[in-house]
Amino acid sequence: MKKLSARRRHPLAAIVVLIFALAATGGLYAAFAPAKKAEADDSASIAVEAGKKLYLSGCSTCHGLDAQGSTDGPSLIGVGAAAVDFQVSTGRMPLQQPGAQAPRKPEVYTPAQIQQLSAYVASLGVGPKIPTANMYAPDGDIVNGAELFRTNCSQCHNFSGEGGALTEGKYAPPLKDVDPKHIYEAMLSGPQNMPSFPDSTMPEQQKKDIVTYVHETTKKEPNPGGLGLGRLGPVSEGLFGWIIALGLLIACAIWIAARTPKARTK
Amino acid sequence: MSSEQPKGGANKSTPIPDNATVRAVDALDSRLGIYGAAKKNLRKVFPDHWSFMLGEVALYSFIVLLLTGVFLTLFFKPSMQEVVYDGSYVPLQGIHMSQAYASTLDISFDIRGGLAMRQIHHWAALIFVSSLFVHMFRIFFTGAFRKPREINWLFGFLLLVLAMVNGFTGYSLPDDLLSGTGLRIAEGVVLAIPLVGTYVQFFLFGGEFPGEDIVPRLFTIHVLLIPAIMVGLVTVHLILVFYQKHTQFPGPGKTEKNVVGLPLLPVYAAKAGGFFFIVFGITAALGGMVQINPIWAYGPYNPGQITAGSQPDWYIGFLEGSLRIMPNWEWNIWGHTLSFNVLIPSLIVPGVLFTFLAMYPWIEGWITGDKREHHLLDRPRNMPVRTGLGVAWIVCYGVLWVCGGNDIIATHFHLSINTITWVGRFAFFIAPVLAYLATVRICKGLQRRDRDKVLHGRETGVIKKLPHGEFVEIHEPLEAGVRHTLTAHEQPKPYELEPAEDENGVARKVKRSQKLRSRMSHWYFAEPIEKPTAEEYKELTSGHGHH
Repeated sequence: MKKLSARRRHPLAAIVVLIFALAATGGLYAAFAPAKKAEADDSASIAVEAGKKLYLSGCSTCHGLDAQGSTDGPSLIGVGAAAVDFQVSTGRMPLQQPGAQAPRKPEVYTPAQIQQLSAYVASLGVGPKIPTANMYAPDGDIVNGAELFRTNCSQCHNFSGEGGALTEGKYAPPLKDVDPKHIYEAMLSGPQNMPSFPDSTMPEQQKKDIVTYVHETTKKEPNPGGLGLGRLGPVSEGLFGWIIALGLLIACAIWIAARTPKARTK
Repeated sequence: MSSEQPKGGANKSTPIPDNATVRAVDALDSRLGIYGAAKKNLRKVFPDHWSFMLGEVALYSFIVLLLTGVFLTLFFKPSMQEVVYDGSYVPLQGIHMSQAYASTLDISFDIRGGLAMRQIHHWAALIFVSSLFVHMFRIFFTGAFRKPREINWLFGFLLLVLAMVNGFTGYSLPDDLLSGTGLRIAEGVVLAIPLVGTYVQFFLFGGEFPGEDIVPRLFTIHVLLIPAIMVGLVTVHLILVFYQKHTQFPGPGKTEKNVVGLPLLPVYAAKAGGFFFIVFGITAALGGMVQINPIWAYGPYNPGQITAGSQPDWYIGFLEGSLRIMPNWEWNIWGHTLSFNVLIPSLIVPGVLFTFLAMYPWIEGWITGDKREHHLLDRPRNMPVRTGLGVAWIVCYGVLWVCGGNDIIATHFHLSINTITWVGRFAFFIAPVLAYLATVRICKGLQRRDRDKVLHGRETGVIKKLPHGEFVEIHEPLEAGVRHTLTAHEQPKPYELEPAEDENGVARKVKRSQKLRSRMSHWYFAEPIEKPTAEEYKELTSGHGHH
């Protein structure tokens, strides 16, 4: 120890350290870089390559050339394939214009292209994968799904999945006509203002139950009481009551009052 | 009626038949004296106008409420005891819930006609309160609340408040997620009462929220206490209308001393009876075809859950709105929290708004100093300040009401909820003032138009070219009856203070209240549009027709 500290200030000490550092860097590169190339699956690497091209032309303006993010868009490293599939398949990405939130719109990319983009972003870091069909098939426990929905989802998405307002123009979108796969992916990845529900906080089966309930309640369940009025709660009911019901009654009152022999006025 | 049928005279000569009906009516008459009462009342005359039927809508929907309500009590179980649901609505099977909620689900899904009855009841409630408001504004804008009807105005006001309270208790009964959320807010309002809030809350709920007592208590209030008071008030309200006689709009032959209209039998018996069935029919049609309050979709109440779009029924919506736009002000004094953020929007704002409504007949009576009886209605334009105040009240209420649905507005019109809230905060103070000013201007404009019409006649749209090339529009003189209607209103003078010194030169004592009253009165009758006098009319019409 004493020897080392004595030679610490030797004129050649810096050079020795430099040689060690270079050797370590070079050795590490030699150890990992070629190996990675050798291990890569051919079709997957083609998808990643194609995805990268798509990414560079369509996404990098906001998310950065290396998906590291910029002031205009978040980093995509580690968001996973599920996030890309959700955002691009529902047309939310690419963004049409900056705003409070990316709205759902017709998708721009083909399913094959979306798969390539997902593969590229997945290659950047570990993240949630695209769920398989049996994970989101709407055949789970509807009662449990309903209870979980009321506990975790209805505060933003409304009791019947009709959506709701968040701050500053943001919103929880309506869940009607949303592909079960996308509902599942949204829970996995937590897009935009939504919290994510990874498997560690909400097991797969629970997510499946929620997907089942949402699917049933927005698609299959008719409104047992008749016209649903958007299932928005008392606001639309009150509006309907004032305009249609009271309007009709007042129209009837005017009609009845008009059908009267007038009192003589001479 | 135009075709007079010889009734009394002709019938007297024909012998009265001796059959079972006549004997039964005779028997009743000898015990109850119904002939005298019928003779007097069945021919009672009521004036005719569609707006006089708004109160009828309220009355009939109240009857629908009582009828459907009785049906619902047969099956509703007002208990918060926990049960496991095993009815036919699949997404809730096996869920723990209160008996109140389970029995409401049973009414909706497992009792024949239950859902229709529930929906008719709920629609009737919404229609009931809205027709009460519209009816009240008809009374307000036409000045029908003036002497001698101030007390009946107060009874009507009490009915309105009780209807709102009872509506809220009914909304809270099913113990679903929405109603529980509403109760939670009501609990917060009670807690915000300074000093006694926490005690009152424990008294009402029998302990911590939600406890087990609130639903049974609300049930008793909803089906017994308030309806009983309301039935009594409705009876008195109608007796007073009958006894004080109905007001009428000004017109030829109509004075403060008569009522021009049609008799109860047969005209109004038929009209009112028919209208009852129309109200019942429309309410039943809504109940059968339009879904309202789908409690199964909300799920059972659980304090840990909430849904977006949690709103009360419309008549409590203005309270929701005032709560939503209130800034978060709170004081903490010596360990006591003073929650202005709840106290002001939930108790003070509605307190001021509704006390003003209740007291308005006396406020106006004091300002105008008018102690006479009024049976002829005002046309709203002829009382610009009153009309302006009424519109300002509605706008103020309306701003709060709209803010109660700020989230629905935000999602459906793609707006920021924060912007809506801030607009609401300013609009609450500014919009009523603007509405007042605009209304007063519009009223005066309409008065000027009436004046022009009386003096110069109706514009026919026919253009005449005179020999020297001038074009004039031909004005057609109004009928005498229309002229009378347009000039029948009084134009009171503002209350003047007596001269500062009496005839002996001694300074008079002027009370401060008299000064205030004079100022208010000058404001109330400011810048009148003088209605045309007979002399003016003669001068204009006797000459060459046109100026």
